[in-house]
Amino acid sequence: MRIWVAIVLLCAAFSARAELTIEITGAGEHQIPISLVRFAGEEQLPEQKISSVVSNDLLRTGLFKLIDPQGKAPHEPGEVSYVEWPGVEALLIGKVRLLDGDRVEVRFRLLDMVRQTELIGLAVTARTEQLRAIGHRVADLVYEKLTGSPGVFSTRIAYVNREGKKYRLVVADSDGYGEQTLLALNEPIMSPTWSPDGSQIAYVSFERGHATVFVQSLATRQRSVLADFPGSNSAPVWSPDGKRLALVLTREGSSQIYTVRPDGSDLRRITFSDTIDTEPNFLSDGKTLLFTSDRGGSAQIYSVPVEGGAAERLTFEGSSNFSPRVSPDGKKFVFSHFIGGVFYIAVQEFESKQMQILTSGGWEKKPSFAPNGKLVLFATESQGRGILATVSSDGRVKQKMVAQRGDIREPIWGPFIKQ
Amino acid sequence: MKKIFLSIVLVNLLAACASDVAKEEVTEPATPAVAETPAAVESAPTATAVAEPAPVAASDEADLTATRSVFFPFDVDAVQESDRAVIQAHGAYLAKNGNAKVRVEGNADERGSSEYNLALGQRRANNVKKLLVLSGAKASQVETVSYGEEKPRDTGHDESAWSQNRRADILAK
Repeated sequence: MRIWVAIVLLCAAFSARAELTIEITGAGEHQIPISLVRFAGEEQLPEQKISSVVSNDLLRTGLFKLIDPQGKAPHEPGEVSYVEWPGVEALLIGKVRLLDGDRVEVRFRLLDMVRQTELIGLAVTARTEQLRAIGHRVADLVYEKLTGSPGVFSTRIAYVNREGKKYRLVVADSDGYGEQTLLALNEPIMSPTWSPDGSQIAYVSFERGHATVFVQSLATRQRSVLADFPGSNSAPVWSPDGKRLALVLTREGSSQIYTVRPDGSDLRRITFSDTIDTEPNFLSDGKTLLFTSDRGGSAQIYSVPVEGGAAERLTFEGSSNFSPRVSPDGKKFVFSHFIGGVFYIAVQEFESKQMQILTSGGWEKKPSFAPNGKLVLFATESQGRGILATVSSDGRVKQKMVAQRGDIREPIWGPFIKQ
Repeated sequence: MKKIFLSIVLVNLLAACASDVAKEEVTEPATPAVAETPAAVESAPTATAVAEPAPVAASDEADLTATRSVFFPFDVDAVQESDRAVIQAHGAYLAKNGNAKVRVEGNADERGSSEYNLALGQRRANNVKKLLVLSGAKASQVETVSYGEEKPRDTGHDESAWSQNRRADILAK
């Protein structure tokens, strides 16, 4: 069965964009029937409805079937008559209360309608401008309780927005809302990447006339140069423990992979070829790097030990393959697969070496896993514009997010933030 | 003859308006490589992007150095045989003018990843530099950079656009 849902969501007052269109196709194999009752007191809140954020988050995964409460509006467990909810496996109810100043308290409960028990009962307090964040948090908890995997709705993504010659490095919520511009330039910005703790972003900027790697703090917005050697400095990525970064330099000729401490010291060369070696990405143990190289005549994905050793070719299908990113469980990697003039997002397990194409093809580039490994975020094009898209890691559920302005490029999903 | 020459200049100036790279050259009249001869001004904006026939007819060095862009096949970084004479002329010019400096900017079409294309553009620029040095330039006279697929001359999404973007430009500093 295929469902098709299009939601046009009005955006929050503080957000940079006026409108975002989210289009979902496909559905999970087993959808959980869930009903959400609008929380009591939500009408007092400025335009944002927490329960709408929750239902949209759940809907986007393709793993839930939302069942209309049909006018029933319980807000406490005592008000729930279980026989009135046939076919509903889980019910989310709650209350919103405005506290002194600009704070809001949300009390919510998730009920198991089959066993007639309470799965979650929690109260969350936050400032009124964080209502979407509360919604994402509630959705994370519901998702985890019902699927067994942590939710990623509270995580953030980074990408580059290009409008004509204006480039912005943007951080946004995982659903594309709440855009914050970290850097705006009239020169290209490329390859943003997150530190493992989510506090910093490294990227490539051309503001100095050539590709230079910067590291920027999200909290202070302060930034520093990580690499500014002659030629190109690019493709930064943190090691899983955050103690080093891998990056690509052309200081000795062709693009080669190096590692360096976050302060720019202790530079070490990792690959020694006379070909293009780029797009390094650490395996979970930090001891091996995946990378893209044309050493075999076309761009393919290889692995190499960080401490030195022979590289091993991993991809053999298609005319070329680019941009490998390892899954959070370390068992597979996702990449951009080019064949017949078309780019697909594909995934390959390390053990079986089997490649699986996840998408229907297009101009699909720069895939990265959500931190729970369930979704893959990538850049694609729709009607001549660069947009964000996600696909579930089994390829069943696809989603496009079309922003109102500009081309979106180079997306990357951020890590879980410890709370 | 003078009229024809003028109209060629005009055509090329118009072409210059359509391209940033060319604009930079025109707004830097003080740089020796461009300002040295009228011929250099005449076709500084690299007639390759325009439909009109290239005005470079004479085989002397000044005319060859008027051409500032060389082009590459898909996913190829080696200098094409047909472009060697142009690069050698630039190299000879740099050898004769020790204070002159150039910046070689490598570019790529949008097929491939942005990082791969940055690397490919850098290899194209580096290979142009190698030939410049073989032709007499000092390495210190030549800076290389890559824009990868980030600054396309033609923003289209077909072979005619891509062929314009697989390019290295030799620009006076």
